Amino acid sequence: MALLSVQDISVSIGVLSPLESVTFEIDKGEILGLVGESGSGKSLTAMCVMGLLPRIGGTITKGAIVFDGRDLTRLPELELRRLRGKRIALISQNPMTSLDPIIRIGAQIDQVSTLHLGLSAEAAKARSLELIAQLRIPEPAAIHRAYPHQLSGGMKQRIVIAMALAADPDLIVADEPTTALDVTIQAQIIQIMAELVRDRGLALMLITHDMGVVAQACDRVVVLYAGRVAEMNVIGEIFAAPKHPYTRELIRCIPRLGQEPGSLKGIPGVVPSIVDYPEGCRFNPRCSDAQALCRERKPALERKSTGLAACHFSEA
Amino acid sequence: MISFFLKRLLLLIPVFLAVSVVIFMIVHLVPGDPIDNLVQINSSPEQKAALAARYGLDKPLYQQYAIWLGKALTGDLGDAIILRRPVSDLIAQNLPHSLSLGALALLFSTVVGIAAGVLAAIYKDSWIDRVTMTLILLGSTVPSFWLGLLLIMLFAVQLGWFPVSGARSWDALILPVLTIGLGGVALVARVTRVAMMETARKDFVMMLHAKGVPPWQIELRHVLRHALLPVVTILSLRIGWILGGAVTVEFVFARPGLGSLLITSLNQRDYPVVQGALLMLAIAVMLGTLLGDIVQAAMDPRVRERIK
Ligand SMILES: Nc1ncnc2c1ncn2[C@@H]1O[C@H](COP(=O)(O)OP(=O)(O)O)[C@@H](O)[C@H]1O
Ligand code: SF4
Ligand SMILES: [Mg+2]
Repeated sequence: MALLSVQDISVSIGVLSPLESVTFEIDKGEILGLVGESGSGKSLTAMCVMGLLPRIGGTITKGAIVFDGRDLTRLPELELRRLRGKRIALISQNPMTSLDPIIRIGAQIDQVSTLHLGLSAEAAKARSLELIAQLRIPEPAAIHRAYPHQLSGGMKQRIVIAMALAADPDLIVADEPTTALDVTIQAQIIQIMAELVRDRGLALMLITHDMGVVAQACDRVVVLYAGRVAEMNVIGEIFAAPKHPYTRELIRCIPRLGQEPGSLKGIPGVVPSIVDYPEGCRFNPRCSDAQALCRERKPALERKSTGLAACHFSEA
Repeated sequence: MISFFLKRLLLLIPVFLAVSVVIFMIVHLVPGDPIDNLVQINSSPEQKAALAARYGLDKPLYQQYAIWLGKALTGDLGDAIILRRPVSDLIAQNLPHSLSLGALALLFSTVVGIAAGVLAAIYKDSWIDRVTMTLILLGSTVPSFWLGLLLIMLFAVQLGWFPVSGARSWDALILPVLTIGLGGVALVARVTRVAMMETARKDFVMMLHAKGVPPWQIELRHVLRHALLPVVTILSLRIGWILGGAVTVEFVFARPGLGSLLITSLNQRDYPVVQGALLMLAIAVMLGTLLGDIVQAAMDPRVRERIK
């Protein structure tokens, strides 16, 4: 049985319905990529898994999120809180703003293990120092004493990763963990994170808009478009034989070595606005394969030769 | 931290000099010759000149200022004309009353204001928030002398719980402290509430929830700590206001203190006392802002970074 199984969930925030029938699973020890352009609903999916959706005023209107046999959508807040940070940890998008600026780095990591593992102050500190060292940060003791503003963005994100690992979680949700960072250190951070996760046999839900990151780290991919799942497959198949035109476009847009700067083109057209999603297939205004049917009927997420895709005209 | 303290202290020197000039000039800017107020109606010009010489009023203004400031810096504020005692004695006698009143009013504003602000922020949009904010609105619109009179009428005259005036027993402090402090409570509560609600929207707070930290811990250990930063700023600015309040409130409650001394000597045109009392008030305000800066730096590492 999968460690996490997101089953057909729909989300509403006020009058908006930013997620519709999102379905995927993550197995123990697996790195799952969740890909899509900005606004496709990746962060909201992360919020659902963390049980934090009510904090931003959203509700899950349909479906279930089964984690280790328990449906998180039915769990009382107190139970959810005991899972958060302990069994499911979050690495957020912006390391510049996700640490408390007036509290020492060390105390912020210690907090997790004292809270969830019941460690004494000294034991928590020893553990934090070890984690900082494992993230290949020089001088762990000095960093433990430092304040967030004294660290670079990359260092801060490593600290956030250390914080996520502090209570030995089973699942880590990383929401675009390198988007806010300098390009030169993005690959390095992904590498460190993926290594630590693999070493410990943890499951990782890696959210990104960059197919390059997916190629670097993931076992399996879920492609999200405008709040719906467009395609899902193992990494080899996704790149070898993408079934959904949107996935093909995402792959086409990966920057490649030796490419002329500026020759890189994005996907034509714009992501539709949530307040007026197109009828039928939401990708139809941007899809080169679109036909009349695409504007009328919503494609179901169906099993193909390998994986799943939601397209009327994708080949088997 | 120590060098920061010294730097701030140095920065206060020009402020102090400017303030001292203004205080000194007040005497010379109010209509009427100080000497006229000193002498009997029918004294001779010679007697007047002798008096002027005795108080140094025959010298040019800048010299008078230099002499006054020089002596003031050594603690000699001259002699009171009417009361015929050293001004420093009068201040030493009255200052403790004002200090205890001011400090208690500040403490009251801080503690009650923060508590009310936290309650209103945590229970925002509930009846607790609405009741607190309504009281706070009332508290911040009522002038303090009027509030003082109201409190005297109700608690001292009608109910007889507290003394009407004076400073003979500790409970005589309660109504004056309430009078000065309630406005501060309102201000502190409002700033605390807004700052807590603003901080609660920050990314790091969502991260704390994601870490599984209990909400009350997030509110009190993280959000409140941030909210206290602007509270410290307004409190240090409030010190001047509280001392100003002490002036009227001491008068309303007929309490001894710097404020009473100031008003009495103003009425009697006892200028050395006026100057001395104003100088003390100015110093207190400056020390207040200095204290605020220090507390701020102690609480916020980013401030310490900036001042390095
Ligand atoms: N708190 C919110 N209130 C209203 N709409 C929101 C909120 N958060 C996200 N949305 C909307 O939901 C959609 C998906 O957002 P998000 O999950 O942040 O996308 P992604 O992370 O893929 O960029 C967007 O259209 C966004 O405008
Ligand atoms: S359903 Fe039609 S519009 Fe949608 S992706 Fe497939 S071909 Fe394109
Ligand atoms: Mg996002």
